[in-house]
Amino acid sequence: MKAFTRLDALAAPLPLANVDTDQIIPKQFLKTVEREGLSKGLFYDFRFDTEGRERPDFVLNKPEYKGTGVLVTGENFGCGSSREHAPWALMDYGITCVIAPSFADIFYNNCFQNGLLPLVLEADEVQALMEEARGGNHKVSVDLEAQSVISPSGRRFGFQIDAQRKTKMLQGLDAIGETLMAASDIDVYEHKRSLDQPWLDKAPH
Amino acid sequence: MQTMSGKTLYDKIWDAHLVAEQDGEAILYIDLHLIHEVTTPQAFAGLRAHHRPVRRPDRTLAVADHNIPTEGQGLGVGAVADEEARLQLQTLEQNVRDAGIEFFAMGDVRNGIVHVVGPEQGRTQPGMTIVCGDSHTSTHGAFGALAHGIGTSEVEHVLATQTLRQKKAKNMRVNISGKPAPGVGAKDFALAVIGAIGTAGGTGYVIEYAGEAIRDLSMEGRMTLCNLTIEGGARAGLVAPDETTFAYLLGRPAAPKAGAWDMALRYWKTLVSDADAHFDREVHLNAADIAPLVTWGTSPEDVLAVTDTVPGPDSTTSPDKQVSVQRALDYMGLSAGQPITEARVDVVFIGSCTNSRIEDLRSAASIVEGRRVAEHVRALVVPGSGLVKAQAEAEGLDDIFRAAGFDWREPGCSMCLGMNPDRLAPGERCASTSNRNFEGRQGRGGRTHLMSPAMAAAAAIAGHIVDVRAYLR
Ligand code: SF4
Repeated sequence: MKAFTRLDALAAPLPLANVDTDQIIPKQFLKTVEREGLSKGLFYDFRFDTEGRERPDFVLNKPEYKGTGVLVTGENFGCGSSREHAPWALMDYGITCVIAPSFADIFYNNCFQNGLLPLVLEADEVQALMEEARGGNHKVSVDLEAQSVISPSGRRFGFQIDAQRKTKMLQGLDAIGETLMAASDIDVYEHKRSLDQPWLDKAPH
Repeated sequence: MQTMSGKTLYDKIWDAHLVAEQDGEAILYIDLHLIHEVTTPQAFAGLRAHHRPVRRPDRTLAVADHNIPTEGQGLGVGAVADEEARLQLQTLEQNVRDAGIEFFAMGDVRNGIVHVVGPEQGRTQPGMTIVCGDSHTSTHGAFGALAHGIGTSEVEHVLATQTLRQKKAKNMRVNISGKPAPGVGAKDFALAVIGAIGTAGGTGYVIEYAGEAIRDLSMEGRMTLCNLTIEGGARAGLVAPDETTFAYLLGRPAAPKAGAWDMALRYWKTLVSDADAHFDREVHLNAADIAPLVTWGTSPEDVLAVTDTVPGPDSTTSPDKQVSVQRALDYMGLSAGQPITEARVDVVFIGSCTNSRIEDLRSAASIVEGRRVAEHVRALVVPGSGLVKAQAEAEGLDDIFRAAGFDWREPGCSMCLGMNPDRLAPGERCASTSNRNFEGRQGRGGRTHLMSPAMAAAAAIAGHIVDVRAYLR
């Protein structure tokens, strides 16, 4: 996994609540067996019309938002389908931080598997950032180590994050490798369960 | 030793699966891992890249469901017209063969939607931990199993370690007392709960459903309810196992047999929340107050009684939400204040892991029998599995649907997410028994109204959204 330490990037406002993963990446892009290249489907129905032409009024299509790295959006971002293609698509597009008042559970978790920082701020702070991101000078600084966001005008917002998640994000740790260090615990557990609940081992046919 | 307070069902399952703790994160053992073609190719690729084997192929079951066509399945994967879908299906086949994982291929009578197949085979059992790369894994909570959706990185993690790294969630209990009126059932309960708590109301919680109305539900009804738990933001929903659960499981292919059954039963009967267990949040509803519900907007929390009118942006005070409400109205082609029964439907879809089990099909067929689908409506029934289809055919339900003008299809996810050829055209309005009414979910520009199978059947006959209670016999 890619480590996330700090980021200075353009922020784009997406002032909508409940943006679901079907919006982030529609189903026609899920038929891939790869992780890469999904940016072509990111926010597809927002970015393109039915003829496949760019919608000039969508924020990411505006010239001043080319190269966006931070998305500032409404509550419950990432609800719906568990598809990890959503964080993959955001990252493939170059967005490595999403700021919102709240996130849906599975999406939130999926972000941490990929080095995408889902950053929770208070609703009024998100609102303030959103306003600034609408302006011309909309570069935001995110510092994970210091747990702070600096707005384009220099306002500083602190944010909370689980300590373990933060450490792993900073180091880009591989969760599987880490769990496998407890492989002997898993062996012991399996052995005990085979004694207590032998019916679970009865492999069906 | 004295404990502070009793344990909830969730606490009990959690404790029974705790393998170890690393830096405050639990490593939880996973009893059953369900996999399908869409969310696994990158996980298997990841394993190969690190030379990691699948730890417990025997605890894994694979199906092909998300993007299979619902016609001509007997022709095999090679005949799937969509090239990318075909590649994904072939990739799954190759991966499960290499790993030695049991697999029900497209066309196998045991194949179907992953959340229909697991319970039907008896693979889903009380007290288990169950995961799948699909958010509606919450369905299996109907058996008193801790079940939730995971992303592809976690699929890879479970394949490699048979565990998942987890933080414990909070406990919420949703109590539904009383008896529902005729024409009201599990789907309406589920929509009522989401309407009450909102799509994010359950975030961070595991929900246990309790109360008379839940005890009275069949396993099919409980699965519908737990299935929709994720639409309320909670990863998992639970119903404590009871005689209904045990009766459902007895004799299923993978259920414990003979002496093992008795042993399992003794354990399963301990899977209830203690009387003094603490819940962080409690919600109370009365089944008698719930009317047949439908969604009007593009989020499952946008629900109203079928007798109601469509709300406007002034129904909320949050500015973000006002924008969302107006956007939803525009997208759905509805205006504030309009009775929802004025919404004329073009398509009726009876299917998905929410409502494609035998009881759902019986309920819809009872409304449809001897009636005709309205002239302008395209209606289809997609059974949840090959076995559901066979059972329905044995009961003659397929004849009832066909005689009324429904299409009778082969099993799969189908128009629930429109990855296969079954989808809505832009602007088409659909009465659907599925679980998501998001923009574009059933096809770009498609307009989805979620409702129960009986309500969807009635809409097919009437040609518009209608109160099923006028169609009950
Ligand atoms: S029927 Fe729909 S919700 Fe259920 S597993 Fe298939 S795609 Fe997911």
